[in-house]
Amino acid sequence: MFRSLLFIPGNNPSMLQNADVFSADAIIFDLEDAISINEKTNARNLVKNYLTTSSVLPKQVVLRVNAYGGNWFEKDIELLKTGKVDYLLIPKMDKLTMEGIDRFLNHYETTNHLPETKLIALIETSRGVLELPDFAQNKRLVALFLGAEDLTSDLEIKRSESGDEIFYARSKIIYTSAANHLVAIDTPYTNINSSEGLLKDCTYAMSIGMKAKACIHPNQLEIVNKVFSPSEDEIKWALAIIEIHETKPNVGAFQFQGKMIDKPIIDRAKKIVEKAKKFKLL
Amino acid sequence: MINGVGRFIPDNLDPFVSSDNFLTKERKLISKKNKQSKTVFLNNLTEVFDILNITSGMTFSFHHHLRNGDQVIQMVTNEIGRRNLQNIHLAPSSIFPNYTNLVDLIRNGNVTDIHTNYLNGPAAKLISEGYLRGKLVMNTHGGRARAIESGDLLIDVAFIACPVVDKNGNGHGSFGKSACGTLGYAVSDLEYAKKVVLVTDTVVEELKDYQLDGQYVDYVLVIDSIGERSGIVSGTTEITKDPIGLKIAKECANLLNFLGLIKNDFSMQTGAGKTSLAVVSFVEDIMKKNKIVGSFASGGITKSYVDMLENGLFKKLYDVQCFDLEAVASFAKNENHIAMSASEYGNPFEKNPICNKLDFVVLGATEIDLDFNVNVTTDSLGYLIGGSGGHADIAYGADVTIIISPLIKSRIPIIKEKVMTVTTPGSDVDILITERGIAINPLRKDLKEKLKGSSFPIFEIGELLELTHKITGVPKDIKSDEKVIGYIEYRDGTYLDCLRKVNYEY
Amino acid sequence: MKGIAGSKESNDCLITIETSEKTKIEIQSIVGAFFYEQILKTIEDTLTENRIKNVLVKIEDRGALDYTIKSRLLTAIERMKEDV
Repeated sequence: MFRSLLFIPGNNPSMLQNADVFSADAIIFDLEDAISINEKTNARNLVKNYLTTSSVLPKQVVLRVNAYGGNWFEKDIELLKTGKVDYLLIPKMDKLTMEGIDRFLNHYETTNHLPETKLIALIETSRGVLELPDFAQNKRLVALFLGAEDLTSDLEIKRSESGDEIFYARSKIIYTSAANHLVAIDTPYTNINSSEGLLKDCTYAMSIGMKAKACIHPNQLEIVNKVFSPSEDEIKWALAIIEIHETKPNVGAFQFQGKMIDKPIIDRAKKIVEKAKKFKLL
Repeated sequence: MINGVGRFIPDNLDPFVSSDNFLTKERKLISKKNKQSKTVFLNNLTEVFDILNITSGMTFSFHHHLRNGDQVIQMVTNEIGRRNLQNIHLAPSSIFPNYTNLVDLIRNGNVTDIHTNYLNGPAAKLISEGYLRGKLVMNTHGGRARAIESGDLLIDVAFIACPVVDKNGNGHGSFGKSACGTLGYAVSDLEYAKKVVLVTDTVVEELKDYQLDGQYVDYVLVIDSIGERSGIVSGTTEITKDPIGLKIAKECANLLNFLGLIKNDFSMQTGAGKTSLAVVSFVEDIMKKNKIVGSFASGGITKSYVDMLENGLFKKLYDVQCFDLEAVASFAKNENHIAMSASEYGNPFEKNPICNKLDFVVLGATEIDLDFNVNVTTDSLGYLIGGSGGHADIAYGADVTIIISPLIKSRIPIIKEKVMTVTTPGSDVDILITERGIAINPLRKDLKEKLKGSSFPIFEIGELLELTHKITGVPKDIKSDEKVIGYIEYRDGTYLDCLRKVNYEY
Repeated sequence: MKGIAGSKESNDCLITIETSEKTKIEIQSIVGAFFYEQILKTIEDTLTENRIKNVLVKIEDRGALDYTIKSRLLTAIERMKEDV
């Protein structure tokens, strides 16, 4: 479960040594876009030694590896052997990539006696968006992550503040995630100096069904965590409903604060409480 | 012998006992000067030296209100060098990197002894390396006032840079081309130095309101410029963007709020660092949200406090020195922006110094040890990089003293088993806030009790040290040279620690 | 043959390694007074683990942690091997 995931360039020792301090639910150690071609080995070595020897690590570790089928993918995957990587973030995910990676990992895990690797799919091509229903059921997947910068580049359009141009992609990711019990992770807000813009973007993404957002600067985390956490009022409401439900579990529907409460609403209340517990808001 | 913070002090010096031991002592005052003659105006420094019959072995004092923009100390020390005076004792309230003249004077033995509250830059480096032939005595701001009024620090001539002076010798800091705001550090020098020279670049007919009373002024030296105003700005006027600093600042504001310290009529002081400014900003948010009005903020005053005063968040500001030009402007026009002298600020023997009225203070540290002793005087190798300033004064005076710092600076852990130099005794330091946890001084059982069961990450300070060592490795112990180059004097005049020559070169 | 890796940014280090008649390690560090031995050990251990002999290793350290030093050295070694 995530609200916030923070990208840290894999080649930056200052950021790495504070990765455990930032209030992100997960840290994404990036070996892909943040690392220039000449520094791929350097970054991989650094992240590997950090993961194996650092006495302090983030709560959840995500590794963004280079594209499947490229020069570096197989070397990047070696970091699974550290036992410290919770999820792989796979760039440019689509049906073929998913199938290829699945096969590759099945073999790799057997050979190296590793447990099943969980994946987050980065949806950043038009093909990736269109083929979502074809690979979203893969049991390795835990989340779908919209990468709007690459996607709009693929579509040859500009990103805008309102995000109208990515509405379809956002919606499709949200629906596919909900249908497959995956976490819908929204694209980062790229203007790191505008907290108002970030708040607006987060609030909107949350309102249409995104459950988390990626961050490209630690100073974005507070707003993102806040927006994607249940509010105090929501938690109070959910606790009250669950309390009533538990005292009369056989009553299918009841009234609360003048409103009809039935199963879907009780389920939503349960999810809110579960989230609040997970993020220590209770 | 070993003093009250476990440090060795030579037997001929009065050892520090405890931070409240001064309560058992009487205030000692020499008589203020009773000037008979009229104030004399002069136009060149040579004349001043001649008339005052300035000779080797004398003690001169200065203030540092123009900070890195000051030209008066440069000018006077230049003259000392030109006349090749020997064994001069300097007592500036601080020494800044721009005071480069001092380097040769120290090296050549013109200046042999220094009394100051803060120093960094080339002179500090040279002294650290053992070049000062006599001793360096480091005071607190309140302690310096006490030393002067008691006669422990006798000043032959006080050269006081003063932005505007009137025909009667009265002076003010708020007007003139070199306006620098309050002149709090100069007041004791004015009242108790044997001779007082105001140095100014602006003379007016009559000042209705003045900070420096002409009745103590012997001479006024009028020159082209006493300094560069822009040098006043301490360089830390912006809130930090560093995420670690912001995290610590946020935690600090939340903790203050949790402890109920941000309440109506509360009072506070912070340092002027970027992280401190972030704390101020987060405290401001809490005040606005909960509609809190504080009674006062004090210290070196910055723009952020000026804004809070103007927005009605504080009723008053008590200002010993202005840290930026916005503070200078506010002091000139706002009657609730009030000047305080160093004595009114932090002299332990003052009846009700402002420092004693503070609810909480938020300060920095270069090192803190397992007994919560804080070092802001030397770095971990022993090089002089600062000094108490008001640190030890307000740490004693405030109800709650908080130190904020990252646990690690360039691999060097901030927590030590023993600090290199004790600037502020641990008994006056209550809480350490870092990016990976908070430690409460075991002496503050009340605070520990209040925080029990809270969601704050509370650790023993020893646990934080262990955690740090797991990240950095255990640093090797640094052995100082045996040679004592000076002392840390506590605010009550007792000796807190020895300063030793460094043993390492950068 | 020569390999360079790292940077002079804070918390990082710049490592140069080149073939030499015998192994020599030169350490320049802003935290040398505290961590000289530890930096030396990290470099020696990494060389031994990778069976590297007869090299001159120069490190300009800006307070890098051990895993950073080790990683930079490993990359420098790889680059040295590629440098023909």
